Amino acid sequence: MSTLEEKQLIQAEFKKRMDENKLLNCMRCGFCLPTCPTYIESGFQESHSPRGRIALMKAVVDGLIEPDEDFERSLNMCLGCRACEPVCPSGVNYGHMLEEARDIINQNKKHSFSANLVRNTVFKGLFPFQSRIRTLTSLLSIYQQSGIQKMVQKSGMLKLFPESLATMEKILPKVPNRKEMKQRPDHLEPLGVKKKKVAFFSGCLMDSMFMKTNDATMKLLQIAGCEIVIPKTQTCCGALHAHSGEKNDARELAKKNITAFEEADIDYIITNAGGCGAFLIDYDHLLKDDSNWSDRAKAFSKKLKDISSILVELDFHQKELTLPSQIITYQDSCHLRNVMKTATEPRMLLKAIQGSAYIEMKNADSCCGSAGIYNIVESEMSMKILDTKMVNVKEANAKTIVTANPGCLLQMKLGIEREGLTGNMRAVHIVDLLLEAVGENS
Amino acid sequence: MQSLPRNTEEISNVLTLCNEYKIPIVPRGSGTNLCAGTCPTEGGIVLLFKHLNKILEIDEENLTVTVQPGVITLDITRAVEEKGLFYPPDPSSMKISTIGGNINENSGGLRGLKYGVTRDYVLALEIVLANGEIIRTGGKLAKDVAGYDLTRLFVGSEGTLGIITEATLKLIPKPETKKTILAHYTDLEAAAKSVSKIIASKIIPTTLEFLDQPTLEAVEAFAQIGLPTDAKAILLIEQDGPAEIVAKDIERIIEICKSENAVSVEAAKTEEEAEALRTARRAALSALARLRPTTILEDATVPRSEIASMVKAINEIAEKYKLWICTFGHAGDGNLHPTCLTDTRNKDEIERVEKAFEEIFAKSIELGGTITGEHGVGVMKAPYLEMKLGQAGIAAMQAIKSSLDPNNIMNPGKIFAKETRKRVVVSK
Repeated sequence: MSTLEEKQLIQAEFKKRMDENKLLNCMRCGFCLPTCPTYIESGFQESHSPRGRIALMKAVVDGLIEPDEDFERSLNMCLGCRACEPVCPSGVNYGHMLEEARDIINQNKKHSFSANLVRNTVFKGLFPFQSRIRTLTSLLSIYQQSGIQKMVQKSGMLKLFPESLATMEKILPKVPNRKEMKQRPDHLEPLGVKKKKVAFFSGCLMDSMFMKTNDATMKLLQIAGCEIVIPKTQTCCGALHAHSGEKNDARELAKKNITAFEEADIDYIITNAGGCGAFLIDYDHLLKDDSNWSDRAKAFSKKLKDISSILVELDFHQKELTLPSQIITYQDSCHLRNVMKTATEPRMLLKAIQGSAYIEMKNADSCCGSAGIYNIVESEMSMKILDTKMVNVKEANAKTIVTANPGCLLQMKLGIEREGLTGNMRAVHIVDLLLEAVGENS
Repeated sequence: MQSLPRNTEEISNVLTLCNEYKIPIVPRGSGTNLCAGTCPTEGGIVLLFKHLNKILEIDEENLTVTVQPGVITLDITRAVEEKGLFYPPDPSSMKISTIGGNINENSGGLRGLKYGVTRDYVLALEIVLANGEIIRTGGKLAKDVAGYDLTRLFVGSEGTLGIITEATLKLIPKPETKKTILAHYTDLEAAAKSVSKIIASKIIPTTLEFLDQPTLEAVEAFAQIGLPTDAKAILLIEQDGPAEIVAKDIERIIEICKSENAVSVEAAKTEEEAEALRTARRAALSALARLRPTTILEDATVPRSEIASMVKAINEIAEKYKLWICTFGHAGDGNLHPTCLTDTRNKDEIERVEKAFEEIFAKSIELGGTITGEHGVGVMKAPYLEMKLGQAGIAAMQAIKSSLDPNNIMNPGKIFAKETRKRVVVSK
């Protein structure tokens, strides 16, 4: 809860920092309502819709309400999936407003000592340092491979954790050990004729916990005819920071990444995580007021492309792709779809696979409830959204759920586990499935 | 304060209490109306219908559907179409709006030209009156003259007379086929003249929509479906019915458009393409909000034969007051939406906006039209109602209002202005 003084500070900052033109741009038609998962799952509460949240932000700016607990609740409940943006005829950039509002609240609120400690450790001490992420992942590796995991699972001590966390523990991928994580390539030649030169944004979690998926991504790029550079000095994209109201930290990370990538003479910067990609492509917005960086950020953003998008450009879907008979469905990564505007390419690739059948599930474009750390901090709402999602997955009769972002991947695995479908259904990242499909043909 | 009743009895109890303690009560569906009809300007209780959102019955023998007020309009459309039936009213917000809201505002839509508006499809209502009494009007009947037509009185009453808790709507068989065409013009008036000529040729298309160039540009910026943004105006025309009649009508319409100097006329090749065009048209108003901070939309409606004169007058008025007014609308039924792109923070400009709209209203009344065709009076047009009705007309309506709601608890401050000709947008 904020103190009176904090509320006044927050209100003053809202007046100063929120762009009134942007707030006025929302003309409250409500076209966003049917696409908002929290509006629907909350039983149609206006305060949990984009239109309602913008109205509340404006009311704080206008001094009609104070930024009280309910106001914060409304902002916290937002997944940040940005499904409201593509359907907004007025072109309201809701995501940017939400980020700014969260940053204002966070920067002007004194967190408790323990919350501060956690935030500092995670945002300042962990994510900016790939070596520390590796350390943490290698600890997980020891946990998984030494038999401790089995012991813990047997002991029943996981019952002490909230249900979603306990289930989460089970569905974490088998992670690489420290040695494997250290031997990463920085340059790869294409297999066959060179068509493009690209840089690969390897990400922090992707290059540790999901290292196999990164390997698969690079392999596909090679098969498609790409020379790949993987700049060693790149760092975390900063998305988690910005979504949690730590915009300044995000800016520092952005500058490091821009520097790391601008030296290489490349056609594209490739990502394989919708969440990172959408934040990287927004660097031009993040640094728009910094004259030293705005042009460099623009140049960076322009080169960004998702893996599925370059694969289609290089006709990867014309290759011979085969899988054993199974029904495949695709769960959009919200940020890949709504911010990077990449939705047809993954589907084109999946439909091109012989042997398997692609079936579009109902509301594939609606958030799965993962949303960064949302499924941990807003577990109740997240699980409601996930349950609805699983109904649609089951209706499609899918054996394989394909995703394009690590958060979505874990959430879908969680969904499968919660439904008791482990063994009958699997969730995979699109690149892992494509590598499986290209198999011996390559 | 909000109230979320689960059935008619609960609403009756709420109203009985409100009536006793003289607490204003404002019914609200999805809040998509364009006249500030659901703003609780006098405080009180906002009545929400999210729990009353069921389709109760589709009667295939009597061709009716019975619904609760909180059902989303599009859900009704889809449910009845699955059974080969058709509920024609299609307000642009049909994806979000509730049927209760549509009935209370007597909403129109793109298909109004051929099929009429919400009013033409309401057969029976269950209503809770201000004193808490529950009445039922009408029935599943084509003919019913038992006393005053209370059903029609409540349709379009904007929540000022009672709370509608259930409605039975008329359905018709779903038309066999549908064709969609787009005609481009380099001249606004040529487009408007085509409209009058099509109707005069005794063809009633399902839809006959008009969009001017700035509207087209804003819509294209959103929809990105390749609309001809270099055209000065376009007409979106649809006809439905038996295949051979549709083909004949469309052929004739294309001829007329060309004879009225349409630069080109294109037909949608697939249903997806046609739906993309309709969706784009429905987004017109919200898309215009891209261009400037404030969008003020009006709803002036004239007899169809006067469309060309009205379009011309709007442009002259915009020029006179140095304003940016874009026009789109349901040209086929004379219902235009001149939309002013402005900024509420600019006092001088807003004063000019008000003067301009006053002139537009005066012009539409002079041409035999009205101040609002389908959006309702609410707060926004209350100051202008007298221009259309005259003092005696207002008094007659007020007599109805005060006999049904003597304590003025039902959505007070709507329809009837405290004083005439004072615009709400600058009253701050």
